[in-house]
Order: sequence, then structure tokens, then C-alpha cells
Amino acid sequence: MNFKLILNIALHLLQARLKQTIVAAIGVTFSIAMFIALVSFMNGLNKLLDGLMLNRTPHVRLYNDIKPSEHQPITLAEAYKKSTNFIRSIKPKDIGKSIYNSKSIIANLKNDPRIIDVAPKITSPVFFNSGTIEISGVINGIDVLSEEKIFKISEYIIEGKVTSLLQNNSIILGKGLANKMLLVVGDIIKVTSPNGHLASLKIVGISQMGISDVDDVMSYTSLGTAQKILGEPTNYITDIQIQLYDKTIALELANEFRHKFNLDAIDYKTVNAQFETGSKIRNIISYAVGIVLLIVAGFGIYNILNMMIYEKMDSIAILKATGFSGNDVKWIFISLSLVIGLVGGIFGLLFGFVFSSIIDVIPFRTTSLPTITTYPIYYDSIFYVIGIVFALFTTTIAGYFPASKASKVDPVEIIRGK
Amino acid sequence: MENNKVLETIGLTKYFYDPVKFKVLTSIDLSIDHGEFVSIVGKSGCGKSTLLYLLSTMDTDYEGEILIHNELVTGKSDKVLAQIRNENIGFVFQFHYLLIEYNVLKNVMLPGMKLAKFTEQELEYRALEHLKVLGMEDHALKMPNQLSGGEKQRVAIARALINDPLIIMGDEPTGNLDKRNSDMVFDIFRELTIEKKQTLLIVTHDNDFANKTNRIITMEDGRIIS
Repeated sequence: MNFKLILNIALHLLQARLKQTIVAAIGVTFSIAMFIALVSFMNGLNKLLDGLMLNRTPHVRLYNDIKPSEHQPITLAEAYKKSTNFIRSIKPKDIGKSIYNSKSIIANLKNDPRIIDVAPKITSPVFFNSGTIEISGVINGIDVLSEEKIFKISEYIIEGKVTSLLQNNSIILGKGLANKMLLVVGDIIKVTSPNGHLASLKIVGISQMGISDVDDVMSYTSLGTAQKILGEPTNYITDIQIQLYDKTIALELANEFRHKFNLDAIDYKTVNAQFETGSKIRNIISYAVGIVLLIVAGFGIYNILNMMIYEKMDSIAILKATGFSGNDVKWIFISLSLVIGLVGGIFGLLFGFVFSSIIDVIPFRTTSLPTITTYPIYYDSIFYVIGIVFALFTTTIAGYFPASKASKVDPVEIIRGK
Repeated sequence: MENNKVLETIGLTKYFYDPVKFKVLTSIDLSIDHGEFVSIVGKSGCGKSTLLYLLSTMDTDYEGEILIHNELVTGKSDKVLAQIRNENIGFVFQFHYLLIEYNVLKNVMLPGMKLAKFTEQELEYRALEHLKVLGMEDHALKMPNQLSGGEKQRVAIARALINDPLIIMGDEPTGNLDKRNSDMVFDIFRELTIEKKQTLLIVTHDNDFANKTNRIITMEDGRIIS
């Protein structure tokens, strides 16, 4: 088949109906542009919302959970090894929150090539004393530099500096907590630990993550200060947070570390399962809207091609009489549709990019998200690939039916009718 | 079987089914030799056009056999028939059927481009030669809607000639033209038979036209009577 000739004929037919062709192509352009803008925006939003949680969650966290012992005495007894043993009323066992041998575990992890960094952490419930009342909260003892490297904690500090925590007896309070107790940077706060130790800490900063449940209870201090408040030695650590180069292997690594260090390990996906669901649903919505837009554009193309075929009956008849087969005629109309799809699609990608860029600079300020200043947009070349594939696919389908109709036109009927 | 037959039919029978089954052509046996200028005449509805469209291979719903250049074309696929038409048959209809999107030259070249036997430059040269013979070379770059009826018909003839067909078929090629243009078209056809030994098969109801051809086939009620 001579595709060059067929394409040439298709282009000439298009030129003769330039206005309608442009309208059809604009339909495709509009739907592809909308699709690109929508998907980029939705994904930007997904990344933003996921980031709120995921960026605060280590890829793998090692800790000691409170749970029943895995090996009950009866399972160790030789006499009952082969029996099925039922034990009732098992109570969980607290082996202490402290991670045993934490220093050597951290040293071992830091040498692992799959790991970006390791941040040790102490988490403990505390009471903040404000006058006569006590407000419960959580204190996080963090290794300031590692924590900053992994979680960019400074992004959430709205007053003061995270490095001020390196001073002894300093604390950064959550915004909700500070508001409740009417405290500002520079004030002194009294903290009571669960085992009764009392300490006075200087407030060096205020943090705000944008999740009020967190901001109402959270506070940060250095590892050393936390150990001092809790009256624990310097090797006391309750959590080891691990950041990976490839977060997709988090689940496997969690399993590996669980066995290797005999600790509890949890990966970020298990922790944030509900966020994954939300992202998935938002993605489905944006693709569904994109496809609907394209189907509408497809109907437009179908209509215009159908009309064109009725107008061009004579041309089809003479093409067939002079030696073009039904298949050739079909390909003329399919390539006609493809040209509309390709041109419309490429402009669609272009406008989609422009729309995304415009959305990207529209100011969007909200007190709960201090790091966000404009609407979120996520640029990804895969959206553009999907867009153009969609465009070509729908226009081919829309062109196929009129084209096969054209291929079945009986030239004798047309020519004898005159 | 070395002979000079361009076109041959054996027992060609055709029915129309709408509104009732009706026999249009009854057992037509016909053969046309190379270089003949043949006209088919007959009253309206005698089946002369129907016969022409069967011979053109565009209508494939018939009984009997058609041979073009001693080769059976009955039962061939749409694609093969299109190829046969492209290579062996030139058409001139009552209406010119030029593509309004293309200029005169491109219209003439189009069947040649489909055949792809010559390069585009060669085709352009050949198309211009044909247009020159028909006195149309000055109009080569005009669009079809800028031409008169007679001029359009001459372009259609040039288009029919572009692939050096075995036979040119015409369905009332002068039906839409005035006396002067009809005569001109006839003169062109006659020159083609004399100078190029071109085989022509023309359906017409114009008796003056038919009387000037080499051979007249008269039809009545789906049969050839002379």
C-alpha cells in the first residue's frame, strides 16, 4: 500500500474542510490539555498530602512493641513439642522500650549500602506543667542533625531554629501546645516524665506540621536532654528510624531487620495504608475524567468524518473506479482521523503543560501548611505519554467506523445515480 | 490461445433484486478485440449501462464469466480487482468526477501515483503530454472548478489515459455536453483509436455518435440483438 499517496489524499481532504478539521482538533486539544492539567494537579495534591505523613514516617522503624512472648514455656518443653497446645489468658509482656545494644545496631546499619541514614530517637509521654494544671504530651528526643537530614524537620519549625536544640535543656513545642499554655519562644516550661522526674526546659522554637492532633501534643528536644529528663543512661533509645535509597524494598528490609536484630520493625506503607488508598482513588478519578473528555472529543471526530464521507461520496467513487481498493479508502479516512488526533494531541500536551504551569504559580496559602505557597503540581513525562496515546487511540477508534463505511461505498451506485 | 481479445464475456447474466427479482441481462456473450472502437446503444433500461459496470469489474454480483486480456476476473478479491482497474481500464463517465481538492495535473496523475509504475517526475511529464494532446496543457495548474464542462471532460479523458489502459470505458461521456463539445470528445476518441490503437467501449444513446464508431452493439431487454 502506498502510504505516502494515501496520506497525501487525506491531507487534501482535510484542507478542503479546514474549519471543521480545526474544530475537531480543538476538541482533542481541549480534552488532552484538561487531562494533563487535571492529572498533574491531582498528583501534586497526592504528593502533598502523602508528604505530610510519609515525609514524617521513616521508611523502616525499629522498636520494641508490647506483645505476648512468642515462645511460651510449653512450646519449649520437649514432652509437648509435637502437640497442639492451647493457652488461655496470655498477657502481653513489656520488655522495656529501650532498644538493647542500640549503639552497635546503629553502627551496623550505618554501614549498610542500602541505607541513606539512621536516626535514633526517644519517644516518651510527658506532662507539661502550666501553673496548677498538667497537660499531657509527647516528647521526642532526636539526633538533631540526622533528623534534619532525613525529615527536613526545619521545614516545620515556624519560629526559632532546629539547631538551637543542640544547646542543653532546650525544647521546641508544637504550635497547639504552645498556644494552649500561652507560651512563646524564650519562656521556660516544666516537664514531668512518667517516672516522676521534673525538668525545666527553655523553649527555643515552635513547630507546626499542619495536623492539629500532632501539633497539640508534640515537642522536640535533643537525645541527651530526653535521656536526662527520663533519668536514663546515654545508650537509652526507643526507636531507630531508617531512611532507604529505594523505598520500595522497605517491607523486605523490615522483615530482614526484624530477624537480624530481634526487634519489631514496621515499614512506612503498613503505617500509612489509608493514605495509599486515598491516592489511588484520586488517581482513578482524574483518569476517569480524562477518558470521558476524550470520548466526547471522539464523538466529535466521528460526526465530522461521517459528514465528510457523505460530502465526498463522489471522490470515494472515482478513487475506487480508478483503482483504489476498499482498504485504501479505509486507510485514507483513518489517517485523516489520526492526523486530527496527532495535531490536536500535540497541542493538547502543550496547553496541558501551560495550564499546569499557570496552576503552579497561583498562590495557595493555608496556615496549616506553612511550606506551601502555591497550588501543588507534579510534572511527570509519563502523563504526557499517556495523553498522546489516549488521543491517538480514541481518534483511531472514532475514525475507524466512518472509514469502514467509506470502504464499503459502492461506486456503481454513486456513478449510476448521476 | 494467442488471440487479440481484450475483453470477453461468457454467458453473462445479471439480476436485480429490488423490489422484485428481475433479469436485467440474459446470457451475454461478447468479445472485443484490440484496437476496436465499440459503442453500445439501446433504449433506456435495456441494460447497457449495467453491462458496462459488470465489464468494469466494479459490479461483481453476476453469473457467467468475464475475461480481461484472456484472464478470468470473475471471483477475484476486491483488492485484485482494484489493481486490475488501475492498470487496465480507464473510465470516462457522464459526470467528470474530478477531485476538487487537487489541480488538473494532480487529478490526471492520481491513478498513476496509485499504480506507482513511474516516478513522480515521469508521471508529471506523461500527464502533461496527455493534456497537450487534448489541448489542455495551459490549464494544468488550474483547479477543476475553474474549467468549463467540456474542459473537465477532457481532463477526465487524460486521467483515463495515464496508465496506458488496455481499454477505455465510457458511460455516456458526451451526455452532459453540447454538440460542439460532443464532437470534440468524439474526435479525441477517434484519434486515440487511429494513432494509438486504443480500444474503446462507449455506452451512449446518441445515435450520431454511435454511427461514427467502428462497431455498434445494439441491446434490447437484456440481450444483444446486433
